[in-house]
Amino acid sequence: MSGVRVLVGTRKGAFVLTSDAARQRWDVSGPHLSGWEIYHVKGSSVNPDRIYASQSTGWFGQLIQRSDDGGQTWAPVGNEFTYVGDPGTHMWYDGSQHPWEFKRVWLLEPSPNDPEVVYAGVEDAALFRSSDGGVTWQELDGLRSVKGHLWQPGAGGMCLHTIVIDPRNEQRIFVAISAAGAFRTDDGGATWRPITRGLHSPYELPDPDADVGHCVHSIAMHPNRPEVLYMQKHWDVMRSDNSGDLWYEVSGNLPSDFGFPIAVHAHEPETIYVVPIKSDSEHFPPDGKLRVYRSRTGGNDWEALTNGLPQSNCYVNVLRSALAVDTLDACGVYFGTTGGQVYASADGGDTWSAIVHDLPPVLSVEVQTLP
Amino acid sequence: MIRVVLPHHLRTLTGAGKEVSLEVAAPVTQRTVIDALEARYPLLRGMIRDRTTQQRRALIRFFACGQDLSHEAPDAPLPAAVVNGEEAYLIVGAMAGG
Repeated sequence: MSGVRVLVGTRKGAFVLTSDAARQRWDVSGPHLSGWEIYHVKGSSVNPDRIYASQSTGWFGQLIQRSDDGGQTWAPVGNEFTYVGDPGTHMWYDGSQHPWEFKRVWLLEPSPNDPEVVYAGVEDAALFRSSDGGVTWQELDGLRSVKGHLWQPGAGGMCLHTIVIDPRNEQRIFVAISAAGAFRTDDGGATWRPITRGLHSPYELPDPDADVGHCVHSIAMHPNRPEVLYMQKHWDVMRSDNSGDLWYEVSGNLPSDFGFPIAVHAHEPETIYVVPIKSDSEHFPPDGKLRVYRSRTGGNDWEALTNGLPQSNCYVNVLRSALAVDTLDACGVYFGTTGGQVYASADGGDTWSAIVHDLPPVLSVEVQTLP
Repeated sequence: MIRVVLPHHLRTLTGAGKEVSLEVAAPVTQRTVIDALEARYPLLRGMIRDRTTQQRRALIRFFACGQDLSHEAPDAPLPAAVVNGEEAYLIVGAMAGG
């Protein structure tokens, strides 16, 4: 019987939430790796028992943990993330140049083709690849040569937080960096180029033609239509129909087009989800109402999904990696909040309920649909 | 034998008990003790000192004999009481809360 495994990274450990396909009754396991910040947990689509977790603290730094039994037990693998050569400098907050320094791994993206291959997005921004299950890591340093000296950290640090791999062609990878922008490789990471044409950030970037410096918050793709990308930018929800060559805005009737995560329905490539928050300086839902917004038209025309979500006095946030879908029919949608709730909808977002209410602040939510 | 006390999270990671005993050839310094600790537990590389610079991580402290040795030179000799095993060398997570 099929089921769902929800992998939750929090400020104080990882949690594994499991259910059968009905998605009504949940078993909660955790905290795993307790006491550590778990920025991201994600499983291999090729081997669902293989799960990677990014574990760090300010005291002891970075570890990568790996599970080979679906998240029941964990073992540390490699934690050596060394930039290729002299990484040089990037722009600092005051406009001066600042040395590139590894701080942590924000995101782990397993290959869609090989469970031993996994990519890591790190702060200070760079992309690493492991081909031995996370034991050793090699930087794909061509990325930093795309005007890296002009990249500047956002409020959360200069992190590579989004990795989207074309499932039909692993040579094509999209990444996003705060606040450097979005980039694409078509040769497996050897060379990269900015994909920011059509993005406008007048309050952050006065140069309308700037190709780096946009604060991209997340990018999503439907695996059956990899040329179409959806983006939640600092402000604006954007769409590209040509693999990022050109973007256009699809914010439409959203109450705010500021937010962090974006996701695509598993079976409807034109159905997308965002969680608007009020503004860059007020990271909470407008009017104290936690609303997921769904567009069934690939953007512009949005409906609020509120059934089962708090509609008063709610001031949590949903971070960029904390919204995900399963591939069951009907598609399940899941998100975690900075208030420690993980909400689930087993009907594409029409109704919601909390799987858990009181976890530590949720940093990431990923979902595995199990056979 | 040099006695080293690890903080909770590093004990959990290594599977070591609260205290680790290490054979360290002279000179016994903070550098040689941590080198020996990392040789015993390679997992700890990068978690006490920066991998590249070998500098103490900002929120790690080193105590021994009632003194904070965190700012001492890494190649300075450790106190005799640590060298002869009477006192433990403590690796501590710094206070960093509100």
